[in-house]
Amino acid sequence: MRTDLIQEARRQAEICNACRYCEGYCSVFPALHSQRAFAEGDITQLANLCHNCRGCYYACQYTAPHEFDLNLPKALAEVRRDSWESLAWPQPLAKRFHTQGGAIAMALVAGFALMFLAIRAVGSAGGDGFYAVLSHSAMVALFAPALLLPLFSIGLSLRAYWRMVDGRPLTLADLNAAFNRAAHMTDLAAGHGEGCNFEDEDRFSQSRRYAHQAILYGFLLCFAATCAGTILHYLFNSPAPYPFWSLPKLLGIPGGALLTLGCAWMTWLKLKSDRTLGDPRAWGGDIGFTLLLGFTGLSGLMLFAVGDTAWMPGMLALHLGAVLTFFLLMPFTKMAHGFYRTAALLRNAQRYRE
Amino acid sequence: MTNYDITVIGGGNAALCAAITAAEAGARVLILETAPKPYRGGNSRHTRNFRCAHDGPLGPLVESYGENEYLDDLLKVTAGNTDEKLARLAIRSSEECLPWMEAHGVRFQPSLSGTLSLARTNAFFMGGGKSLVNAYYRTADALGVDVLYEAHVTHLELSGDRIARIDYTHQGDDHSIEPTAVIVASGGFQADTDWLARAWGPAAKNFLIRGTPYNRGVVLADLLDQGIDSVGDPTQCHAVAIDGRAPKFDGGIVTRLDCVPFSIVVNKQAERFYDEGEDVWPKRYAIWGRLVAAQPDQVAYVIIDSKSLDLFMPSVFPPLKADTIENLAGMLGLPLAKLCETLDAFNSACGDTSAFHPTELDGVTTTGIAPAKTNWARPINTPPFYGYSLRTGVTFTYLGLKVDETAQCFNATGPIRNLWAAGETMAGSILGQGYLAGFGMTIGTVFGRIAGREAAAYAN
Repeated sequence: MRTDLIQEARRQAEICNACRYCEGYCSVFPALHSQRAFAEGDITQLANLCHNCRGCYYACQYTAPHEFDLNLPKALAEVRRDSWESLAWPQPLAKRFHTQGGAIAMALVAGFALMFLAIRAVGSAGGDGFYAVLSHSAMVALFAPALLLPLFSIGLSLRAYWRMVDGRPLTLADLNAAFNRAAHMTDLAAGHGEGCNFEDEDRFSQSRRYAHQAILYGFLLCFAATCAGTILHYLFNSPAPYPFWSLPKLLGIPGGALLTLGCAWMTWLKLKSDRTLGDPRAWGGDIGFTLLLGFTGLSGLMLFAVGDTAWMPGMLALHLGAVLTFFLLMPFTKMAHGFYRTAALLRNAQRYRE
Repeated sequence: MTNYDITVIGGGNAALCAAITAAEAGARVLILETAPKPYRGGNSRHTRNFRCAHDGPLGPLVESYGENEYLDDLLKVTAGNTDEKLARLAIRSSEECLPWMEAHGVRFQPSLSGTLSLARTNAFFMGGGKSLVNAYYRTADALGVDVLYEAHVTHLELSGDRIARIDYTHQGDDHSIEPTAVIVASGGFQADTDWLARAWGPAAKNFLIRGTPYNRGVVLADLLDQGIDSVGDPTQCHAVAIDGRAPKFDGGIVTRLDCVPFSIVVNKQAERFYDEGEDVWPKRYAIWGRLVAAQPDQVAYVIIDSKSLDLFMPSVFPPLKADTIENLAGMLGLPLAKLCETLDAFNSACGDTSAFHPTELDGVTTTGIAPAKTNWARPINTPPFYGYSLRTGVTFTYLGLKVDETAQCFNATGPIRNLWAAGETMAGSILGQGYLAGFGMTIGTVFGRIAGREAAAYAN
């Protein structure tokens, strides 16, 4: 961890602790105000608890040009990214994708190329629909490790995080409290429930909160669609393609639509927001990640739209290439935030009850 | 330039309440705010709550806080130096202000950690006063109120019983407008340390100003020079003892020190000068500014030991820390022999401390020294020792414009027909001396709304 970032966040946290005006906005301030001194683990936990809603920045009497020069959302955002990079495994991949949208784009192109190559080299083993383009066993051979390896990597990182923030064994109450806050994105709503300050300075707006939940629930629906397909394939001997009135499609189509629209909305909001209130270096990586996620959703919808036409094999390669890239980059992109944020909310729920 | 019905001078809580009220009554309103946009809002940007009467739970407030109890609390701090009619008006109106504030964008939060004693009497703004100011500027903007930042009003031309002209500078140019009605809500004069020094003597040069550097009393002085009725004593102000390392201006809340009740406080000659344990801190913080101002060089030193370090809210600057009193005396620049003598005398005067209770008047007192410490008197004997310097931090001055219950200003011949005042610039009408936490925002809100209503009625 970079001590200069920790030290700057600590300096600001100590000023906040003497003021306390922002106590009602989010989970960060009650946690901050319950301490008098801030170790590296404390600052890292506060950083991952912060959702960058910016309410505290616009309410702050000590922002620049005041000599105290507070910008807590930025200070915590920088510590947050540094914590993700420092805890990531394997380390050679840790520092690139958070800050460089171009690296994500190049990875995506590599993902496309790999899929075209796989389609050409492996091809069909006599299946129908998508499997006529790439065999089911080839897809499993590619995507099972592409999902499991990143999850393993994130698991290692979260274990290190949990040690760093002095986490305890989880209870049902912790899970209940943390997932309840995540499900409603309470920490992007300000204490009064009117949303955050993002696209129009100090105006409270639900836009970012709703855009985020469209992405979150869209992603979960898509994931559920994939799980439903897997279950149908293995347990019910019912391989793809699936008709419109089937569980994979009924979950996947609204999921893909939510994901696509949510990512487009979020990108538009980010373009209107003040970059200096986040981690300015992560700007390109964040936009790149959001576009990748959105393209994953959009290419899935287009794949459905082209049906069994001549466009299908090419569209399949693009969609699968995007999915593959997205999965493989999970530990090294903004996607990590979901895991760390959940861990921070769990730890906060524990601390609240301690 | 648009023809405005009402010009509001100032850009803090009172000014905004006046502007919003007048605009809702149909008036075209211009705000002339002397600060640049990042520093808009005067002292309001440093506030955190407003004291509110209520019959039963209201918003974030618990239980009840009646008019008479509120007035009693006020009279205790002002020693009766209060216009009771105006005070009752402010108190009685405060209850209807809270829903009005919510309707105009202000949001409240539960009493902050460390301030539970205020949960019944003071409604805390979510995010503090700057978020209140932000919300009001948004509301005013939606109502078509125009705001000029960095507009420095230099003169109001009094002609008979009317203000005929406002002169101001903006972006280097001189401008004049002929207003139908004027509301002055531009605060006290505390940021003009020359004026403070004229009232207080040279000692005032050592005062720190807790809030905005833009409240220099230019408009106040201009009106007083033209014979507008004034109220209040120029030496009276809301002043507290703050960390001596605080910036000259705008240090705000984080420079306060809440450790006095657990300490001994000495002057630069290492002598104690007042009972540090007279009452709980929320009831005594407002007298310590004057106590420190009366000491040599307007400085004092607060000394605690490790027993007390975690008993009070942390402040922005860490205390000086030493393992021995000798070292601490050196760090604070205090005469060592005298400090040891003072400390030994204090420590030997402490008795049974088993009843010590940090948040209640515990009666743990000294015997046989003067001044006594009448609560929380525990010997300072457990290293490490900690020290802070204390200076007088002025929040706002009380010399101001005298108003009646319609917020109208007067001169010797009668009312000025188109001039009203609200906020700190007229608070001396109610606060003759002393201060009650959150009452400044009550005065600003109540009289801002009255001034806006009256000015709009006149202009229409």
